[in-house]
Amino acid sequence: MSTQVETLVNQEYKHGWVTDIEADVAPKGLSEDIIRLISAKKREPEWLLDWRLKAYRGWLKMIEPHSWPNIKYTPVDYQSISYYAAPRTKNPLGSLEEADPKLLETYEKLGIPLSEQKVLAGVAVDAIFDSVSVGTTYKAKLAEQGIIFCSFGEAVQEHPELVRKYLGSVVPLSDNFFAALNAAVFSDGSFVYVPKGVRCPMELSTYFRINTAETGQFERTLIIADEGAYVSYLEGCTAPKRDENQLHAAVVELVALEGATIKYSTVQNWYAGDGEGKGGIYNFVTKRGKCAGARSKISWTQVETGSAITWKYPSVILQGDDSVGEFYSVAVVNGHQQADTGTKMIHTGKNTRSTIVSKGISAGQGQNSYRGQVKVLPKATGARNYTQCDSMLIGNRCGAHTFPYIDVQNASSSTEHEASTSKIGEDQIFYLKQRGLNTENAISMIVNGFCKEVFQELPMEFAVEAQKLLGISLEGSVG
Amino acid sequence: MLEIRDLRASAGDKEILKGINLTVNPGEVHAVMGPNGSGKSTLAQVLAGHPAYEVTSGSVLYEGRDLLDLEPEERAQAGVFLAFQYPVEIPGVTNAYFLRAAYNEIRKARGEEEIDSMDFVDLLEEKLKVVDWGPEIMSRAVNSGFSGGEKKRNEILQLAVLEPRLAILDETDSGLDIDALRIVAAGVNTLRSQDRSFIVVTHYQRLLNYIVPDFVHVLSNGRIAMSGGRDLALELEARGYEWVDAAATAASGAGA
Repeated sequence: MSTQVETLVNQEYKHGWVTDIEADVAPKGLSEDIIRLISAKKREPEWLLDWRLKAYRGWLKMIEPHSWPNIKYTPVDYQSISYYAAPRTKNPLGSLEEADPKLLETYEKLGIPLSEQKVLAGVAVDAIFDSVSVGTTYKAKLAEQGIIFCSFGEAVQEHPELVRKYLGSVVPLSDNFFAALNAAVFSDGSFVYVPKGVRCPMELSTYFRINTAETGQFERTLIIADEGAYVSYLEGCTAPKRDENQLHAAVVELVALEGATIKYSTVQNWYAGDGEGKGGIYNFVTKRGKCAGARSKISWTQVETGSAITWKYPSVILQGDDSVGEFYSVAVVNGHQQADTGTKMIHTGKNTRSTIVSKGISAGQGQNSYRGQVKVLPKATGARNYTQCDSMLIGNRCGAHTFPYIDVQNASSSTEHEASTSKIGEDQIFYLKQRGLNTENAISMIVNGFCKEVFQELPMEFAVEAQKLLGISLEGSVG
Repeated sequence: MLEIRDLRASAGDKEILKGINLTVNPGEVHAVMGPNGSGKSTLAQVLAGHPAYEVTSGSVLYEGRDLLDLEPEERAQAGVFLAFQYPVEIPGVTNAYFLRAAYNEIRKARGEEEIDSMDFVDLLEEKLKVVDWGPEIMSRAVNSGFSGGEKKRNEILQLAVLEPRLAILDETDSGLDIDALRIVAAGVNTLRSQDRSFIVVTHYQRLLNYIVPDFVHVLSNGRIAMSGGRDLALELEARGYEWVDAAATAASGAGA
């Protein structure tokens, strides 16, 4: 690659600042006492504490997965981080009217205004700051239609029957190392319930912000769409720039009952570490949806641009007959970032269909792996899967890897897998420059074209945001 | 318009252009011919600023400016257009989006306002006629899955939209069947004007039956070995490039 391209300056991570607010932080380390402390702080019922402890005891016997993912890092010291951090404010959290102005400022600065006059039209937001929810917009308006949208903590208090029924029903507490850890120590997250036949009138979204140093964020999100319901949900995330790595181990569970549709979109922009690979978020996340009822549909769309390491596989269990699972992904690695991401589509119901479109972009010294499993069980007669997996390389020092697993146990089903790898060449850039575009605009045009099929799945407002983010993530990447 | 003086350029360690001299006045059409490896495509690429080539000496003045000092996009914005021998595919980006982005970059550089998509559609409707195309082509991704002929036609469409002052056609005729050649040549002919100049790089005289040049230059081993009117192309066709090479060797031998 030419030097003129190489000299493009790397843009600073925009969200790397810290909010100066006093925090109530649990002592470092993990033990049953810490779990009891978290549970007590959240005034949880006995059954939930028992559930956490059970997860913790199971987790102690598990091993951090280092052998199979294509990522390299020093094992996390679980005793050196704090598992709970909440801003210390005069007023109780959860009410936006009385929220600490510093917290509101934080979100305003991130482009997510929470105050009544400025809220984003058509988008309800739950704002999570470290381990707690700052507040949720449009809550009352949604409640008019019976839609519950609140923090997980609040759901435990107000709707314990729903939480108890669905918690762990998609991602069991012993599912994997990070999911078990999350089950033991999870703090806050969002809860959504859309009742029978209701089409949620606005986008629901959660904005996660890690602020306090040496803490982990372990949020848990649970979304239930009852029969015939529809909901579109989006999450966004950022964190300050710090030299040490911070752990983010979330769990998201989606349940779609008969005829229901859940569309879940992620724009992930955690701090990725500096140019030498120092610092950044370890994003070890378990996301899974269950198409429990017939003709239900779950669609994951993710744009992963941040984090030092990403380890996540948003999956769908296609249990209901004629149910549909989708996974649209753009994963970008630059600098020293590593991503091992993909999906699992588990077909158990008849005539179930799944679509996987994965776009991996590798730049700098980044390593990007697509890992996907398509499993068709014996009863899944007529199941169909289509997988398309494209990688783009920018420069000579990055890597793209593909690990597809296809396991078909029903002869009437069909699976298709297409894969491609391309390189942004000097010729492509030169062609666009010869037509008057500068290098940055040329790269942005090529990359956006590459990601088009995924971006068109995002809600309008966020598609524009995602395109911009991609431009920033790749600035200075061609070398 | 364009003054090339003793231009030398190399790719890696290999010198390809070994002292090119060429003057192009407004409205003139110059054909640059030559056998494979004589440096004619390199000349086209160097004028457009391709980073694979290094200019080692000489100068190129374009409308009084030092062309070699400009970035490729600045040259484009100043009105230099290269119709590529191998147009590049840009998957996922529609022809319409791409062309409007390019058009607006050039307008911005001239201090003009950007055009909105509605006005651009009207403009396109006119320009598509130049290459005898319908509007469907605009919603296809840039050159993606285009046939060789379609790619070349797309280059001429871009030429029509971007309205350069100096258009360099790099082997636009290669890989074209006779019908496509006619369309492309007719497109170029409608774009000829008193203040637009062309450098037509070609291996074969065939294209020059359709795009009739004012001057013909023959490259041999990185230098212009012969220059003349359009008859030179016909003579070349009859006698072959060996004739030029022999003449060039004799000339350089005489000078040594």
